[in-house]
Amino acid sequence: MVPLAHILALSVILFGLGAAGFVFRRNIITIFMCIELMLNAVNLAFIGFSRYLGNLDGQIFAFFVIVVAAAEAAVGLAIIIAVYRNRGSLSIDDFDSMKL
Amino acid sequence: MITVQADDLVRILPQAILAGFAILVMVFEPFLPAARKTLLGWFSLFGVVAAGAATIRTSFSPGLAFGNSISADRFSLFFICLFLLVAALTLLGSFHSLERENINHGEFYALLLMATVGMCFMAASTELIMIFLGLEISSLATYVLAGFKRQDALSNEASLKYFLLGSFATAFFLYGIAVVYGLTGTTNLLVLSAQLGRSGEFRPGAVFAWVALLLMFVGLAFKVSTVPFHVWTPDVYQGAPAPVTAFLSVGPKAAAFAVLLRIFLGAFASAGSGVFWVFWASAILTMCLGNLAALLQSNVKRLLAYSAIAHAGYVLVGIAAGRGEGTAPVLFYLTVYALMNVGAFLLVAHLAGTGERWTRIEDFTGLGYQRPAVAACLAAFMLSLAGFPTTAGFFAKFYIFRAAVHSGLIGLTIVAVLTSVVSVYYYFRLIVVMYMREGKAEAASASLPWALRVALAISVVGIFYLGLYPTDFLLLTNLAAVPLP
Amino acid sequence: MFGSYLPILVHFVVVVVVAGAIMGLSAWVGVKRPSREKLSPYECGITPVGDARGRFSISFYLVGMLFILFDVEIAFLFPWAVVYRSLGWFGFIEMFLYIVILLAGYLYIWKKGALDWTR
Repeated sequence: MVPLAHILALSVILFGLGAAGFVFRRNIITIFMCIELMLNAVNLAFIGFSRYLGNLDGQIFAFFVIVVAAAEAAVGLAIIIAVYRNRGSLSIDDFDSMKL
Repeated sequence: MITVQADDLVRILPQAILAGFAILVMVFEPFLPAARKTLLGWFSLFGVVAAGAATIRTSFSPGLAFGNSISADRFSLFFICLFLLVAALTLLGSFHSLERENINHGEFYALLLMATVGMCFMAASTELIMIFLGLEISSLATYVLAGFKRQDALSNEASLKYFLLGSFATAFFLYGIAVVYGLTGTTNLLVLSAQLGRSGEFRPGAVFAWVALLLMFVGLAFKVSTVPFHVWTPDVYQGAPAPVTAFLSVGPKAAAFAVLLRIFLGAFASAGSGVFWVFWASAILTMCLGNLAALLQSNVKRLLAYSAIAHAGYVLVGIAAGRGEGTAPVLFYLTVYALMNVGAFLLVAHLAGTGERWTRIEDFTGLGYQRPAVAACLAAFMLSLAGFPTTAGFFAKFYIFRAAVHSGLIGLTIVAVLTSVVSVYYYFRLIVVMYMREGKAEAASASLPWALRVALAISVVGIFYLGLYPTDFLLLTNLAAVPLP
Repeated sequence: MFGSYLPILVHFVVVVVVAGAIMGLSAWVGVKRPSREKLSPYECGITPVGDARGRFSISFYLVGMLFILFDVEIAFLFPWAVVYRSLGWFGFIEMFLYIVILLAGYLYIWKKGALDWTR
């Protein structure tokens, strides 16, 4: 049986990778994937806690998070497509038309 | 065997009605010809009114519903009424500018109603996962609304930034929930507050508890746009269609404040001084940076965006004042803020003209001579935002500052007063431009459509009523502040 | 503490050595006579047509997006199916409402023509 600390460590590492990727990556699709990675890191923490506590609530939360992440993916992709049609670019550096 | 009592359903009746109307609007949308879409807007407005009637029904059977995850108490009903008011004002003000911008699609109304449903659930939930779902329902709808002008590059960009930073923040909030769940085995705020109450102090040794609170704070701070989590706000408020900005700057913000109140002054009230200093520091940062940055703006929408950031700072002062003193002034402030900000943005949306061309401050030059009534209206909103006596903005700030002084936060109050003096400068710049300069205002073309007139009349009357007779409403907010868990 | 991971380390080392040896030896010893046929992406498959980075039709993304939504919503049906006897009529009505809401969304995208491939 994998101890809780290992699951949490993995979850924190994944969450940190996602957050770091969000800050340092320049491609919008990659940034978007980083957000999904963060959400799934949270799912991992929920599942780990759920098993550790012997309480099913955490798994139910994971279900909700999965569905929310899917809705977010659909909305996000739609926004990204609209952006790409208008600009022809997916680099975050090109999105600076509003300044001070 | 799970059973649902009739009371359970009554306690979510407003949300259920709104959601039903949103779905109906969405289904009817493809069947209506393009010229008749405003019908859906009126239908949505009818839905909002019906939900308001349902709120009255709900108030007769208050209590918990659905396994203690929803609480229909005075606090949540107050916020539901506030959200319904904001939705109604936005609907009334948006018909005309949507038609002008050629984006009068039924989806706008469906999404607006859905966002309102999410906000209502945020205010009414006592279960962190329900709060998360409400947050996501309202966020997803508003991401799309921000980019509703699909062909417009600025609107696209606003939507993209809002989406990316919004979901980033949500992930933090969610991780906070996960840690709370891991530490206590529950995500129900009522159970949590009972557990914490029994053990007295929030175990100071538990570093993870602070991590959880901090993560949840970061997630919500993005939504209420406090410094340093405000970077998206000016861009999104500028790029989104102005009626959407009117809704965005008030609705999701008030909902996130409702959640902040419920979590930090309600369930985790015994968490102690660490949380207090977080609020203290972000209040100071937000007030200073919001007001100073607003001084430099030349675009009215951007100016109002920074002003919205600054106002979030004043609300944080109220939260820092603590549960006993601060809650009622915060509720008062959020209501007043909703009235004046929605009014100001709706008026700017109209004056900006086709394609929202005229949003620079100079475009309003001489408006006071060409359109006296319109300019007076805008001036009233600006005076109220600046906190001028006889307008509601004055009493809103006054109650917040008084609560802060009563809680002994003298330093915070001094900063708040000084920054609101600074804010007078940029609000008055608009008034000076309108009244004291000769010129032909670009932004003075079309006459006001009557639906917008109704919305503006409600806001202006509200501002002056609360500015002249604030006591009755203050009593109401005092009542609404009591049942915080 | 890490003793139980020792077999994994041994396994890892063996894998690296064997794989490295095989690839290194074949690169070093092997004879190379490249021809046009040998350099094509699928030496014994169908000849590729066009560029792999060609553009997809926009309806590809649209259908992909809609698929994610409806696919994941089904995730709620499985737990319900497991316990639906003990949930009784309450669970049935809840799920019925859920499906009706999904159906409303389906009706919407259908009437909007999002499922129309030829458009």
